[in-house]
Amino acid sequence: MESIISVRGLSKSYASGYQALADVNLEIARGEIFALLGPNGAGKTTLINIICGIVNPGSGTVRAAGHDVVTGFREARSAIGLVPQELHTDMFESVWATVNFSRGLFGKPRDPARVEQVLRDVSLWDRKDARIMELSGGMKRRVMIAKALAHDPSILFLDEPTAGVDVELRRDMWAMVRRLRDSGVTIILTTHYIEEAEEMADRIGVINRGRIVLVEDKTVLMRKLGTRQLRIHLLVPLDAVPPALGTFGLELAAGGTELVYAFDAHAESGSVATLLRRLGDLGIEFRDLHSTESSLEDIFVNLVRERP
Amino acid sequence: MNLHAVRAIYGFEMARWFRTLGQSIASPVISTSLYFVVFGAAIGSRMGAIDGVSYGAFIIPGLVMLNLLSESISNASFGIYMPKFAGTIYEVLSAPVSAVEVVLGYVGAAATKSVLLGLLILITARLFVPYGIAHPLVMVGFLVLTAITFSLFGFLIGIWADGFEKLQVIPLMIVTPLAFLGGSFYSISMLPPLWQKIALFNPVVYLISGFRWSFYGVADIGVGVSLAMILVFMVACLLVIAWIFRTGYRLRN
Ligand SMILES: Nc1ncnc2c1ncn2[C@@H]1O[C@H](COP(=O)(O)OP(=O)(O)O)[C@@H](O)[C@H]1O
Ligand SMILES: [Mg+2]
Repeated sequence: MESIISVRGLSKSYASGYQALADVNLEIARGEIFALLGPNGAGKTTLINIICGIVNPGSGTVRAAGHDVVTGFREARSAIGLVPQELHTDMFESVWATVNFSRGLFGKPRDPARVEQVLRDVSLWDRKDARIMELSGGMKRRVMIAKALAHDPSILFLDEPTAGVDVELRRDMWAMVRRLRDSGVTIILTTHYIEEAEEMADRIGVINRGRIVLVEDKTVLMRKLGTRQLRIHLLVPLDAVPPALGTFGLELAAGGTELVYAFDAHAESGSVATLLRRLGDLGIEFRDLHSTESSLEDIFVNLVRERP
Repeated sequence: MNLHAVRAIYGFEMARWFRTLGQSIASPVISTSLYFVVFGAAIGSRMGAIDGVSYGAFIIPGLVMLNLLSESISNASFGIYMPKFAGTIYEVLSAPVSAVEVVLGYVGAAATKSVLLGLLILITARLFVPYGIAHPLVMVGFLVLTAITFSLFGFLIGIWADGFEKLQVIPLMIVTPLAFLGGSFYSISMLPPLWQKIALFNPVVYLISGFRWSFYGVADIGVGVSLAMILVFMVACLLVIAWIFRTGYRLRN
């Protein structure tokens, strides 16, 4: 995996003394959509702001597009576009002026045709002469996106892009994110909605209390999501799983009084019935059955539950 | 050097100024005109010439300096304070720009505005008082250097300020008194001996004295000393700004 962003041993304490990030390690692959999932206050914005140069890093190193974000800030930042969480815009500026400003600020020569294209991509071309204060909240967010894209970044950060966004913009935004990914842009988005991470991301990282607690391919995570567990409470404890049941991949638990069967609910329908029939054939009696389903929600809740 | 960024910031700041051009220039021009009516014509006609210069003409350099100081400080401090206040500073902080480029953009624009305004006041003054400029190049030099220096100072205030009161307090409590006591309306030599000594601790005295020399060839203080004082102050501001950008003080948490 070629990392376009590499965070190593990053810690950050704010002046207030609050430790927002603790030993964060994270590698983002070129061209992927990465979702950083975590509850409010987990440190998502802090992490993004450090990578983008808005907040000073504490200890640790951060590289973006092959450059250290402190010593090689010019190269690193030139490659990055950021749509921040809050709607910060120059109210009195026109859409056209503010997007051109962004392009210049990031070191690109004027290019009206390119800026026009960016504005068309976010459906703002017909409002290009409007002052930003005249726009609705959703439109303002489109302006923020256009500003972030004005210098053709190869890495795009979207910090809580859909917080307070209507359905239409949300759909447009996802379509745009996919288009950008197809054109080779790496996208990192933060969210505290699991569905959003599920829908969009190639990989998902979970952050809680300033620590990355899990980074996983979404498909792997989805497989875990689809996993069910059947616990069979036995009448008589077993010493070992009978060889005749070998194909089920069973495990013994609770001192031999429980058989645990993990299976994919989608792929192996009917396997539970087969297992139970086999148990009957072997004369293994059970007292009770208990079936659980793990969802990404459960995984998430478990991961971010208060830890000592 | 990211010149596109310098141009973007400079252009943004100038556009902001031109949008409100009427307000931006009306108030300094009107207030200066009032000074000329009151001090130049009404009172000035009863005052003797100072160092061979009529009173109306004598106060012109000082009045231009007063405006230059306050406009430079307020333009530059506002220019950088507003993005901090509105949150739009995130974009500058995340951009591939160094401190030098940020300062060139913001301070350059603020200094440009005050130089233009200074020239406008000089033209306005000409409507009230006939005067000549003995050393035009030196005059422009002082104008530009002072505008830059105090725009740098204003930039510092804008970064330091975390509320509108702080934005006002230094111009109001320190700069305005120093400017008024800096010899805009009188020659330092007219003060009692003790106050003459005290006046030498007022940096504005050097500015106005040097600037006046460029008009009339007379000065309380040697013009070289005046120039040196401006440069010292300018370097001091630059050093503090360099430190701010190195540490991220009040910019990057
Ligand atoms: N400038 C700051 N000074 C002090 N504490 C801060 C600052 N910014 C954020 N924090 C704290 O750091 C923690 C992480 O914040 P943040 O990164 O914004 O989280 P998230 O984006 O995941 O909601 C929060 O507890 C927040 O209160
Ligand atoms: Mg956040």
